[in-house]
Amino acid sequence: MTTKVDARGLSCPQPIMLAQQAMQAGEFPIEVWVDSVTSRENVRRIAERKGYTVIVQEQNSEFVMTISK
Amino acid sequence: MSERLTRFFASRRGIVLVGAIIGVLGPLLQKLGNPPNMGICVACFERDIAGALGLHRATAVQYIRPEIIGFVIGSLMAALVFREFKARAGSAPLVRFVLGAFAMIGALAFLGCPWRANFRLAGGDLTALPALIGLAGGIWLGVIFLKNGYNLGRSQKTYAAVGWIFPLLMVGLLLLAVLQPVFAEGGPIFNTPEGKGPGALHAALGVSLGIGLLIGFLAQRTRFCTMGAVRDVILMGDTHLVSGLGALLVTAFLTNLAFGQFHPGYAAQPVAHSNLIWNMLGMALSGLAYALAGGCPGRQLFLAGEGDSDAGVFVLGMIVGAGFSHNFGLAGSPDKLVDGSLQVGGLTPAGMAAVVLGIVVCVLIGFTMREKLA
Repeated sequence: MTTKVDARGLSCPQPIMLAQQAMQAGEFPIEVWVDSVTSRENVRRIAERKGYTVIVQEQNSEFVMTISK
Repeated sequence: MSERLTRFFASRRGIVLVGAIIGVLGPLLQKLGNPPNMGICVACFERDIAGALGLHRATAVQYIRPEIIGFVIGSLMAALVFREFKARAGSAPLVRFVLGAFAMIGALAFLGCPWRANFRLAGGDLTALPALIGLAGGIWLGVIFLKNGYNLGRSQKTYAAVGWIFPLLMVGLLLLAVLQPVFAEGGPIFNTPEGKGPGALHAALGVSLGIGLLIGFLAQRTRFCTMGAVRDVILMGDTHLVSGLGALLVTAFLTNLAFGQFHPGYAAQPVAHSNLIWNMLGMALSGLAYALAGGCPGRQLFLAGEGDSDAGVFVLGMIVGAGFSHNFGLAGSPDKLVDGSLQVGGLTPAGMAAVVLGIVVCVLIGFTMREKLA
């Protein structure tokens, strides 16, 4: 089951907090939707620091980040 | 190439490099004419702009500070070059305006924003220490609200023109600064007369603007934020942003040493007062307001430059807050040496009441604006 996190339109630090909540819940893979490069880099940094793999796809200037173990 | 640069600026080395550069440029601006321990102070400079426009009549602090204009336009340029400019609006703008106004009232109780608190410390002003503790306390309170679901809601994508309004306001300010038109006898535009206060102390317009542009550009790339630095450590033990702030403090200290601008002491520091309680509480109010608004005053300018009109509303709140602060006598008055004896400055009773009121309002905002997003 993919966990979906919609963090579009949210400002710092909400996207990271939501992504972190999902990572703690442990239902991988996690799909995080963000709409700014700032949020993309922040979520990527936190996820990679925890040792997860992050794949980013860009769709109409939004980003879908897939976080997996 | 663009993606590689983006990753570099997002890295630890990127943020440390930019923090270190800002740490040199602040004291350099002081050397080139800006007020002592005020090479860069976002709150003070916005207050000076409010004064130049006549929104307050404190003669000592009136000057259109080009650094602020540079921060916004530099960020705009970076956002355009790296295709990150995105007009957005609609995340509780009125709340952000109120937060901005009280953030400024708190900042002027201490006489500085987090940027200046660090530059004051790097110049030897030890009153900045309790202020930074107060700031961290305010941010800590903000983090508690964040953990309990506080947020101001989502912003929406909007017309590109909305995102251009704030940068264009800055262009307008720049025109006023350069052309100095006369609207009425005696001003506006108001400028602090020579020797009459910190407003008269400034680097050349082009130098201030150029350094502002550079900082705006670099800070947009790295998301440099003096509030986020502390918040991220408290919220999730993330030391990314704080490593940039640490680098700023170190290089600012070394640059001050090199320029002979380091004068350690507690009382009678330049444009500062040594009233411990109100330095702490003023900055606690500011810290809480920045945390609830999601960025320090510098970061709000950089966000406004990349199209975030809600951040622009916060900045306008700060400028109006500066007007109230000086018109109502809420701002801190500096320590003075009169006939060789020290007169400790601080707040008027109205100033104290305003800081307490601000904390109450911010706490109410934190309590009442919560929802579950997930």
